[in-house]
Amino acid sequence: MSPALLGLVVALSGGAGAVCRFVLDGTIRSKLVTIVPYGTIVINVSGSLLLGLLTGAALAGAAITDVRAAIGTGLLGGYTTFSAAMVETVRLLQQRRWVAAGVNGIGTMLLALGAAVLGVFLGSLF
Amino acid sequence: MPEPRPLHLRPVPLLLVFAGGAVGSLCRYLLSLVLPEPFGLPLPTLAVNLVGAFALGLMLEGLLRGGPDAGWRRALRLGMGAGFLGGFTTYSSLAVETALLSNDARYFSAGGYAVLSLLAGVAAAAAGVWVAARLVGMPAGPAARSAGSAGRAGSAGQAVPGRDR
Repeated sequence: MSPALLGLVVALSGGAGAVCRFVLDGTIRSKLVTIVPYGTIVINVSGSLLLGLLTGAALAGAAITDVRAAIGTGLLGGYTTFSAAMVETVRLLQQRRWVAAGVNGIGTMLLALGAAVLGVFLGSLF
Repeated sequence: MPEPRPLHLRPVPLLLVFAGGAVGSLCRYLLSLVLPEPFGLPLPTLAVNLVGAFALGLMLEGLLRGGPDAGWRRALRLGMGAGFLGGFTTYSSLAVETALLSNDARYFSAGGYAVLSLLAGVAAAAAGVWVAARLVGMPAGPAARSAGSAGRAGSAGQAVPGRDR
């Protein structure tokens, strides 16, 4: 794939990933009114698992360089979000909800790391 | 004004998020091609995430203090916030890069990268909120903020936590 075409594919799949996040987050928020924003947590942990799978498969020798850029950098990069996770943690800190802020900040990090490690391992089995 | 469907199921908001997410993801991809990775450390992701966290805190606080979540303010929140900055920043790359450093037995780098991302990310978002509060300056204490967002959330037909997205 030419660099320009690959850039276009990354952009389009990134837009699709952002829409998936927006719809899933909106759906979770409409069903569950909670202090901790579980929508963002579910999105970031599931995206980390999927990117781990893709990366593990690529490192194990699967010939998926372009697919990895399109789905990994585009779709999953657009799907997951660091900025919202950080601002949501700051909002909880502003409300002095220390436990919820810790769950949201540290809990998301630990879950996402665990999901990524698991994904890389499972992906390498392909 | 009655709103027939929630925001996340309406075509114009979805289009704004798609367009913003596409541009944001492309910017992140291009930066990953040009920014260096000193000692194999994922500096591009860290830089993109910290800049994005600051920008989102700045923008959301500025919009929140500036007026109701409607019209161009809402379009900006969706296109630039949920779209561009959501697509620009990434959690999955952060998590997988940390996992790969750990798999290479670079535990200090892995731990440092994760802890630095989290601490500096919260600090960057808080700094963005703080700067917007100084710039826009409306005296919106926690009480005024929650009252204001509850009123707006009611008119928007959305749960209160949805305000920040």
